Amino acid sequence: MAFTNPRLAPALAALEEESVHTIREVVAERERPVLLFSGGKDSIILLHLCARAFAGEKLPLSVMHVDTGHNFEEVIAFRDALCASLSVPLIVASVQRSIDEGRVTEERGPRASRNRLQSVTLLDAIAEHRFDAAFGGARRDEDRARAKERVVSVRDELGGWDPKNQRPEMFDLYNLDVAKGGHLRVFPISNWTELDVWSYIAARDLRVPDIYFAHEREVFERDGMLYGVTPFVQRTASEVSFTETVRFRTVGDASCTGAVRSSARTLPEVLREVQDARVTERGATRADDRATDAAMEDRKKEGYF
Amino acid sequence: MSTYCDLPLRCATAGSVDDGKSTLIGRLLFDTDTIFTDQLSHVTDVSARQGKAEADLSLVTDGLRAEREQGITIDVAWRFATTPLRRFILADAPGHVQYTRNTLTAASTADVLLVLVDPTKTTDSLLPQTKRHLAAGLFLGVPNVVIVVNKMDAVGFSHDAFVRAREWACEYASRSPLTVGRPRTALSFFPVSALSGDNVVRASTRMPWFDGPTLYAHLAELETTARSTSEARFSVQWVRRPQGVGSLARRGYVGTLASGELRERDVVKVAASGLTSRIERIELLDGPSPMVHAGQSATITLQDEVDVSRGDVFLPEASALEPARQVELDLAWVGREALVPGATLLLKHGAKKVRATVDAILSAYDVEENAARPASSLRLNDFGRVRVLTSEPLAWAPYAQSREGGRAILISRGTADTVAAAIFRSSPP
Ligand SMILES: Nc1nc2c(ncn2[C@@H]2O[C@H](COP(=O)(O)OP(=O)(O)O)[C@@H](O)[C@H]2O)c(=O)[nH]1
Repeated sequence: MAFTNPRLAPALAALEEESVHTIREVVAERERPVLLFSGGKDSIILLHLCARAFAGEKLPLSVMHVDTGHNFEEVIAFRDALCASLSVPLIVASVQRSIDEGRVTEERGPRASRNRLQSVTLLDAIAEHRFDAAFGGARRDEDRARAKERVVSVRDELGGWDPKNQRPEMFDLYNLDVAKGGHLRVFPISNWTELDVWSYIAARDLRVPDIYFAHEREVFERDGMLYGVTPFVQRTASEVSFTETVRFRTVGDASCTGAVRSSARTLPEVLREVQDARVTERGATRADDRATDAAMEDRKKEGYF
Repeated sequence: MSTYCDLPLRCATAGSVDDGKSTLIGRLLFDTDTIFTDQLSHVTDVSARQGKAEADLSLVTDGLRAEREQGITIDVAWRFATTPLRRFILADAPGHVQYTRNTLTAASTADVLLVLVDPTKTTDSLLPQTKRHLAAGLFLGVPNVVIVVNKMDAVGFSHDAFVRAREWACEYASRSPLTVGRPRTALSFFPVSALSGDNVVRASTRMPWFDGPTLYAHLAELETTARSTSEARFSVQWVRRPQGVGSLARRGYVGTLASGELRERDVVKVAASGLTSRIERIELLDGPSPMVHAGQSATITLQDEVDVSRGDVFLPEASALEPARQVELDLAWVGREALVPGATLLLKHGAKKVRATVDAILSAYDVEENAARPASSLRLNDFGRVRVLTSEPLAWAPYAQSREGGRAILISRGTADTVAAAIFRSSPP
C-alpha cells in the first residue's frame, strides 16, 4: 500500500510515530503477533497504523475478531469490507462456539451480556493459534483501570493481569520477552485520547462505521442510558422503546453498549461534540463498567482486554 | 481548540507516601476544570462512602481496588488533561520504596518530575523517599525537576518552612554524584497547598512572600523534551524484504531516526561493521521525502548491498563513535534478586538486544548519604555503577550528548523481567 497524505499536525504525528514504533518492535521480536480487530474506531486506527508501519509489504501479523455474536450488524459488515479491501484474512473467534462447546455458560435475564464471556473465547483462540502477542486498541483515558496499564502488558499462563506486579517500562525501550506459557497484550494507542482518535480519523481521512454518526434509532432507556432495541437484549415491561436521534461513542457488544443523544451527523460535528464532552466515553455508554468501581479491573484480571 | 501544534507536556509525580501527590494531580485537574463529570461523581461517591465531608481529590487517580482499599498508590496512573493553556499527560506515581520501579517508569518519559515535599514531616532534612525520588530524577536526567513544597496550609504558610525545604533539595541536587554525565536538569521550587488549592492553579493571597508564578503557570511554560540534535542515529527496527521492482527491489531498513537528521544521498556507516553506503531513498509514514528528522519513522534504502539486520545502527560516515563491548553503566536496579559480578543478563539498546555479563560492580550509591561507596552487589532499588562485557559491540553514545544513544534496559534471562534502567556516560568522574 502506498500512502501519500498531507503532513499531520506535530502532536498527531508524534502519536502516530510513537504507536508505529511500538507496533514494529513487537512484530520484530515476537513470533506470532495478532491484532484484535472489532471494526470499532480504535481498532480501525490500529489496523491503519499497522498498514503504515509495514507499508510496501504484506502485513506481517494476523488479524482476529472475538465475536460475541451480539454485535451491531453494520459494524460487522464494515469489519469484513475493510479487511477485504486491505486483503487481510480475518480470523473470527466466536463466543457462540464457546457456548456451544460448553466452555462458558450464557447469562440469562434482561441484563445478560456476553461481554464477560469473551475473555474465555479470546484466551482459547490465543492458545489455539499460539499467538504470543496481541495488539489491542485500549486507551488509558477510557477507564481508571486502563489508566494503570502499561503499553506492553504481561499476561500469565491463565491470561490474567496482575496490576500490582507490572513490569517497569522505561524510556521507549520495550521488554518483549515473556516467560513460558505467558503472552503479551500490547496497546500501541495507550496515550491517545478520544479527541486524538477523532482528530486522527479526520486528518487521515479514515472511514468508520456509520453508527458513530447521529442517526434515528429505536432505543429504550435503562439506568439513565439509551440502548438500541436488538434481538440480543430482553426488555422488561416498563422499558418501552421510542425513536431517538443518537450516535455511539464506543462500539462493543450490543447488549452493554449505550448510545448518546446527539445531532452530530458529520465528522466536524463529532469532533466538536467530543471536544465539549463532559462525560468520559465509557462512562456515557458502557453498562459493563458501571457495575462496580472495579468492573474493568476485575474483567482484566480474568483475561479481558 | 487545541490545534495539535504543540506536544503535550509529560509530568510525573514523585515524593514520599502521603505527601499529597494524588491530591495535587486531582487539584490540577479540578481547578482547570478538566475532570469529566462521571469521574468527579465517582470521587464524590467514594469519598462519601468513606465518610469524608469533602470530595477527596486524591481519588481522581487511584484506579485499582487495592489502592482504594489501602488508600495508597501502587502503580502509575496516566491522566490526560486539555487545559486552557496546554495539554498535559500526567503520570501519578507511587511513593513507597517497593514501588520504585513504577516511579522510574513514570519519570523515564517525563518532561518534568514534580517531587513533593511535606514540610510538616521534614524538620531537619528531606525524607528518605523524597531523596530517593529526587535521586531517580537526577539519575534519569529528567529535563525539569520541580520541588513542590506542599501542605503549606499546615505550616501556617511559613516562608521559613519553604526556604528550609528549598535549601535541602538544592543542596542534595548540587552534591549528587548522579548528575555526572547527564543532560542538565533545571530545578525550580514552588510552595503550594494541594488541599486548599493555594498557588496550584489559583494564585495564593496567603503567601505574599512568594513572587513566582503558580505551579500551573510554570508548567504551561515549560518546553517538551526535544530529540538530541547531535549526530544522526538510526536504529534498524525491521528489514523490509525486496518487493518487486524499482525502489522496492532493494531491502528497506525501517526504523525511527533517534537524533539528528539524514538526507537522500548522505553516506551512512553501519556502526558495527564500519561499512558505508549512500542513501538512495527515504520514505516517511507520509510517503517519500528528501530527508528525515529526529523522531520520524523512515524506511531507508541504500545504493549498495551491505549486510544490515535488526539492531544495526546507521551513523554519519564521519562519526567518530567507536562501538565497544566493554562498557560502564549507571544502573537503577529493580530486580528482586541482587546483582552480583558474573551475572549474565540481556541488554536492550535501541533495537539491539545482546547478552551482558557483569564484570565488576564499581560502586553503589547511598541515597541517604548522597554519595557513592564501594559495593560488591546491587540490591533491589539501589543505584550503582557496573562494568559489563557484551556479546556484541554496542554503538552507544554518552547520555549527556544523546539521550537516545545513551540509555538501555536490562532484562533477566530467567524470569524475562525488566531488572534495570541503564545510563551510559563517558568515563568515571
Ligand atoms: N493539610 C494538607 N493536607 C494535604 C495537602 N495535600 C494532601 N493532603 C493530605 O495528605 C494525605 C495524603 O494525600 P495523597 O494525595 O493521597 O498523598 P500521596 O500518597 O502522595 O498520593 C491526604 O489525607 C490529603 O488530604 C495539603 O496541601 N494540605
